[in-house]
Amino acid sequence: MTVQTASQAAYLVAALLFILALAGLSRHETSKVGNTFGITGMAVALVATVAVVLDQDVRTANLVLLVVAVVIGALIGLQRARVVEMTGMPELIALLHSFVGLAAVLVGWNGYLLVERDLGGAEALHLGSVGTLGIHHAEVVIGVFIGAVTFTGSIVAYLKLSGRIGSAPMTLPGKHVLNIGALVAFAVLTAWFVVDPQLWLVLVVTALALALGWHLVASIGGGDMPVVVSMLNSYSGWAAAASGFLLENDLLIVTGALVGSSGAYLSYIMCNAMNRSFLSVIAGGFGVEAGPGESRDYGEHREVDAESVAELLAGAATVIITPGYGMAVAQAQHGVAELTRRLRATGVDVRFGIHPVAGRLPGHMNVLLAEAKVPYDIVLEMDEINDDFAETAVVLVIGANDTVNPAADDDPSSPIAGMPVLRVWDAEKVIVFKRSMASGYAGVQNPLFFRENSAMLFGDAKDRVDDILRALADLELSAA
Amino acid sequence: MIIAVLNEARPGETRVAATPATVEQLRTLGYDVVVEPGAGAAASFPDEAYVAAGATIGPATSADIVFAVNRPTDAQLDGLRPGVTLVGILGPALDPTVVEQLATRPITALALDAVPRISRAQSLDVLSSMANIAGYRAVVEAAHVFGRFFTGQVTAAGKVPPARVLVAGAGVAGLAAIGAAGSLGAVVRATDPRPEVADQVRSLGGEYLAIDSEAVEVSSTGYATEMDERYRAREAEVYAEESAGADIIITTALIPGRPAPRLITAEMVARMRPGSVIVDMAAANGGNVEGTVPDTTVTTANGVVIIGYTDLVARLPAQASQLYGTNLVNLMKLMTPGKDGELVLDFDDVVQRSMTVVRDGELTWPPPPVQVSAAPAPGQVAAAVPAPPERAVRAPSGSGRRLGIVLLAAAVLFALASFAPAALLPHLTVFALAIVIGYYVIGHVHHALHTPLMSVTNAISGIIVVGALASLVHEDTVIVVLGFVATLLASINVFGGFAVTRRMLTMFARS
Repeated sequence: MTVQTASQAAYLVAALLFILALAGLSRHETSKVGNTFGITGMAVALVATVAVVLDQDVRTANLVLLVVAVVIGALIGLQRARVVEMTGMPELIALLHSFVGLAAVLVGWNGYLLVERDLGGAEALHLGSVGTLGIHHAEVVIGVFIGAVTFTGSIVAYLKLSGRIGSAPMTLPGKHVLNIGALVAFAVLTAWFVVDPQLWLVLVVTALALALGWHLVASIGGGDMPVVVSMLNSYSGWAAAASGFLLENDLLIVTGALVGSSGAYLSYIMCNAMNRSFLSVIAGGFGVEAGPGESRDYGEHREVDAESVAELLAGAATVIITPGYGMAVAQAQHGVAELTRRLRATGVDVRFGIHPVAGRLPGHMNVLLAEAKVPYDIVLEMDEINDDFAETAVVLVIGANDTVNPAADDDPSSPIAGMPVLRVWDAEKVIVFKRSMASGYAGVQNPLFFRENSAMLFGDAKDRVDDILRALADLELSAA
Repeated sequence: MIIAVLNEARPGETRVAATPATVEQLRTLGYDVVVEPGAGAAASFPDEAYVAAGATIGPATSADIVFAVNRPTDAQLDGLRPGVTLVGILGPALDPTVVEQLATRPITALALDAVPRISRAQSLDVLSSMANIAGYRAVVEAAHVFGRFFTGQVTAAGKVPPARVLVAGAGVAGLAAIGAAGSLGAVVRATDPRPEVADQVRSLGGEYLAIDSEAVEVSSTGYATEMDERYRAREAEVYAEESAGADIIITTALIPGRPAPRLITAEMVARMRPGSVIVDMAAANGGNVEGTVPDTTVTTANGVVIIGYTDLVARLPAQASQLYGTNLVNLMKLMTPGKDGELVLDFDDVVQRSMTVVRDGELTWPPPPVQVSAAPAPGQVAAAVPAPPERAVRAPSGSGRRLGIVLLAAAVLFALASFAPAALLPHLTVFALAIVIGYYVIGHVHHALHTPLMSVTNAISGIIVVGALASLVHEDTVIVVLGFVATLLASINVFGGFAVTRRMLTMFARS
């Protein structure tokens, strides 16, 4: 056994542990074990890699750098993980994607520096002898390209999610031509680089990819972020896989492919939940044109105050809460959880109905509710709960809009027609928590607000939930 | 407004147009309800039950709206006040003179049996709700007369084969009969000229017998229409074959306002086994079976019993009244937009227009024709395509398309791999297999764990640190600096990703 073969064996073990990690995360019961598998796999891989590094004749200065880099990285990572608010998860995840992208770019450049810069060098001669030199050229540019797209795409997603730039889609004239043009240019440059590997070609590809990544995500609006984030997750995987091909490292290839296909699958789920094709999300433009039904008269909406809602809830047998991004923005999840606990203690059956694209991240609402200690077995998916609305006394719509829009169901001319939605209007009474009568992300008016069984509770969701809690306490006092 | 529920005058009628349950629903729409004494007695709804539901017991004289099952007698009509709205099964299509007589009075009359057969009006379609009951009852009557089990059994006393039931016509009544006979354990086969009902027959556990002929029938009114000669000949062959082996035949072929088509001839009946039972649900219109006598049971010379009851629905009075009453409640929901107990007749609504046979003493029958949405456009009739889906929901890709995509991908992959240098092949193999594994592993992830899944995949994509670390062994300053930065970034990912996943997972708790 040499260090080389041992490290290969370790990589195999690590790859299997990663697969087990992902498999473990499919269920609540096994999720923690899954995470531990992941950590173990990573530890095995790191130890094996460090052993390989030590086995080669390395300068001490480099070793110090290695340790410093890992320690600083670990400290930053752990610190961010500890302090991040659950409402800030989408930003953090987007930022982490960008790191993988940037790392892939750097690894790609190193690949160039190591081989292509000196075509008479030992590495290049070795590759030439086994016939993969041309492949290596291609791998360098492909790796750099995917990494750079991931990097700027994730940075833009991060900026949009953290509110540092507006979340409205950017619409450059001829944006499809720009995107396709960039891809064509990339193909041409790759072919050129394979024939004649020049440094400037790598730099041009990098710049091109950075611009493409920026433009791609900038032209997608805020409500499509669940798709964008899972798409970037996928890209970061492909970037890692490309680096794996470059370095001829199977562990990187396996891990990258796992992450890449998982991200792609998540994107697919999100697209299905919006009844749209992946391409239409990537191409953007959703909600840009107003639907023809806009000028329609929907009638009057009714307002209700917190006290009446409290009375209604106290008298209800079954309540379903359907949260949306507005709950995250208002940080109302703790109040909502407290309300849930209070009602459940008095025998009211409270459950949550989560639309797959609620929030800005796949599964975002679940994490927020879990943070606020809402038991996960009363948090149900759209398909699980949609038939139950008809037997429900009260539905609280907190900061959701397009995901509860009946127009998706019954107005074929609506821009969101055909999108699966939570059928809240089947319930006896619907209370909509909303800041104002403004329309949702898709820019579509919501006829739900004007239904005769719905009433609006205006204001900040967190304040209103607190008002309801107070009114509930008063009710209990007066009853006692 | 006041709704009156009539005590049905027709002999043998057991149904009533409202039950205590539907009275409550009518009251939530804002109506006051008066029930004539003893109206629900035959359907086991005593007057007290109506009173308990909020109705008063009394005559219909002061009512604004009158609910009836059948057309009221002239004496009953004389007792109503002018301007009243009468709702019931008036049969304008069967006998236009009834409507003409109604139009001599200053009333408005709504015929429940004239509801167009469109999806939106299904909740008020009494023909469907009554046919459902009749179909069920036909099976019960047949089982009552049939001297054997319906279900097959293997007992210590020997093996019993299941009864073979043939249902002619898979409309609402036919489908109800298929379901009822199937759940008693019989082997059910059904015929219908419309091939599009095959799936409905199968969904109830029956076997659909297609009558192969070029003359495929898709009617624009939702009812089967009469066929051409060639088709009739082929149909007769099928019935001759099938009836000989059947224990029970239930015929439901009925075209409103026309004599019932003759499906089963006397020769076919003569070839059936003794003890077999035929229920002819079209007996009132002349019968589908030769030898049927309406309202009675006939036993043929070879011992086949032909049941010709025309009151199958009235034999389930409580159930029929409940469904009929609910149809009426749904009609009132449609016609009471304000839920304030005020009836509004909207002639722009095709459903209300179609049902209205008399408006304020003025004859409005027949209504303009309504095209049934389930029928294909003219010109496509011969193709008999299924109705297009109402909404443009993205259809999952069909298996053919799927196969095509997979084959294409396989071909591309083959081309790529066969041109790739040998050194690349192992990596490609690993790559392809890992993608497949990733897809299957992720496919079962619980929706609530999507965010932790993303953060953990984030952490493991930090595995790129392995590549970054490897570049630290070199001497070149640029390479080392780049490697250093890459290592740092990837480490943030690795540690941050796992830590935040752990934090999230500890938050998830069961109640």
